[in-house]
Amino acid sequence: MDSLIRFKGTASYLTNEALEASVDCALALQKPLLVRGEPGTGKTLLAEAVAEALGLELLTWHVKSTTRAQEGLYTYDTVQRLYDSRFGDGDVRDIKRYIRLGPLGRAFASEKRVVLLIDEVDKADIEFPNDLLHELDKMRFRVVETNEEIVAKQRPVVIITSNAEKELPDAFLRRCVFHFIDFPEKDLMTRIVEVHHPKLDEALVTQAMDVFYRIRNMQRLRKRPSTSELVDWIHMLKTLGVKDVKLDKSLPFLGTLLKKEQDLVAYADQLAGGQRWRS
Amino acid sequence: MFVPFLYRLRQHGVPVGTQEALALAQALALGLHDSSLDGFYYTARALMIHDEGHLDAFDQAFLAEFRGIEGKHIQLKQELLDWLKDAKLRPEDLSAEERALVESLDLEELKKLFEERMNEQKERHDRGNKWIGTAGTSPFGRQGEANEGIRTGGAGGNRSAVQVADARQYRPYRSDLALDMRQMEMALRRLRMWHREGAEEELDLDGTIDKTASNAGELEVVTRPPIRPNTRVILMMDVGGSMDPYVDLMSRVFSATKKATHWKELRTYYFHNCVYGKVYKTERFDDPVWIQDLLHECNSTYKLIMVGDALMAPYELMRQGGALSLNDNNALPGIGWLLMMQQHWKSSAWLNPEPPTYWDGNTIQAVRQVFEMFPLTLEGLTQSMQHLSRGKSPRK
Repeated sequence: MDSLIRFKGTASYLTNEALEASVDCALALQKPLLVRGEPGTGKTLLAEAVAEALGLELLTWHVKSTTRAQEGLYTYDTVQRLYDSRFGDGDVRDIKRYIRLGPLGRAFASEKRVVLLIDEVDKADIEFPNDLLHELDKMRFRVVETNEEIVAKQRPVVIITSNAEKELPDAFLRRCVFHFIDFPEKDLMTRIVEVHHPKLDEALVTQAMDVFYRIRNMQRLRKRPSTSELVDWIHMLKTLGVKDVKLDKSLPFLGTLLKKEQDLVAYADQLAGGQRWRS
Repeated sequence: MFVPFLYRLRQHGVPVGTQEALALAQALALGLHDSSLDGFYYTARALMIHDEGHLDAFDQAFLAEFRGIEGKHIQLKQELLDWLKDAKLRPEDLSAEERALVESLDLEELKKLFEERMNEQKERHDRGNKWIGTAGTSPFGRQGEANEGIRTGGAGGNRSAVQVADARQYRPYRSDLALDMRQMEMALRRLRMWHREGAEEELDLDGTIDKTASNAGELEVVTRPPIRPNTRVILMMDVGGSMDPYVDLMSRVFSATKKATHWKELRTYYFHNCVYGKVYKTERFDDPVWIQDLLHECNSTYKLIMVGDALMAPYELMRQGGALSLNDNNALPGIGWLLMMQQHWKSSAWLNPEPPTYWDGNTIQAVRQVFEMFPLTLEGLTQSMQHLSRGKSPRK
């Protein structure tokens, strides 16, 4: 390796030392980077930022509860082939025509190095990560139907996000570089807001941040507002020209911060009773 | 070398192995840590830790291993050593005071003293005469009056690794502490088994399409047995008396198990202190169920989860007729009943809200001889679920 690539974030994605170290490790050691953290702390955006910083193309694989590992590699479109054989369209003998590469397959097959984001890996079945172990390790797989081997020409940068809904298997975890995205502290948060909304009235930002952190620290919230909610909220305040905010019943656009009915009730409760604990 | 650090991590319960060691060695060889302790902290953390639950343990291990190294490594080398060398070369430049110091403290002594102070000191300290800090008269610190000090403190701006580790901001993520409902449900979900059992009566549509299409149109029907959840659980909870402080925790365990939809059957029973002949369907002990009946009704594949502190008077557990209530069957001592249940059901676990440090030298110790015991924390719960899904383990 000639020189190490160092990730320093991008103009719109701010990082800290710990995150940079994790990304650098993943890049240098060519291991997948597993990112965990509260929803809304920018896990998915990290992949975009890495792709942008390195000037690479980003492939995204959104994992759902029904996703199977095989789909990421390739699918064999048997139904299409069946149709074609019945109606005489196309050349049915050429199985290759019915092999569709999934995101992982395309990342391997790509001529250039790409960034592959496997988003919300924990949404899928418990066994899902295990099924990908070998492919992520060796960066190759075999298409059984055509007996063709697809080998990564350039090892893709793999970034995996997880909301910690499910435990991931140990064998999978051991192969990854792990990073836990903390909730940003106040000064980093101020810089993040500044990046997204430059030239905003400083007094408003200070007030909004104050309100935001006080709501975040309230008891009994099921979903605490996070970075993305704050950025959205400030965007609303800016767009509609709100000049000042304070923590009270008529807080504007509360719905962008608290999204669960119970949380709104808890909020109203605690406003009425001050910060006193009521059960 | 960082190998002792790996063993320290293992002591703190962070599962690291050869794979992590090799990865770290490779990263260090590539110079990812920028030859600094801060860089090492972040690099090691990225490679050693795979779960935010271990971050706090990592911080602790890091502190235990490296507290003091930072000062010794950077500051002693750059400033003190230079200064001392300088001083030796040009003793005539020194004031009488300084010369006295050089004579009174040799380098080794100063280093040792410094490390000791580093270890003792927990927080930032200003204007003192002993601790490492700023603006004081202690020989260790910054901007002090004592011009013979060791300067400490990292580069401007960012916090140093030891400070970051010292802040222990990941303490809330530790998995061996408190339990909230959702975490508990997630842990219980581990005890899940699906079985395809019975006759092949379900049409496997995907399989059929697959086979048919692979046959280029010749229809081939594929069938399979239907999928069923296959876990039956008996939960027995100790209530009253010494369990009162844990009422809140117990009610959370109870509602989490009730919410678990992935079990085929869940039976809950209550007992007080120990089981003697029968358990009760309600917390008020008014709907008794004889253990003998239960053993007949529930075959050995049921999973038994006992929850209780297992603390009682020794005679309640060990002596015939030790039961507190006269109605109880007293022919067997309590431990006999426990043993009978443990032997009947293939897998069983005992969850104890008492911290493991109190598990020796009382009745808990005796109960542990019978049941595999786990602390009632997230980690303990998870382990117990793993233990239960593994099946019978030989009794100790």
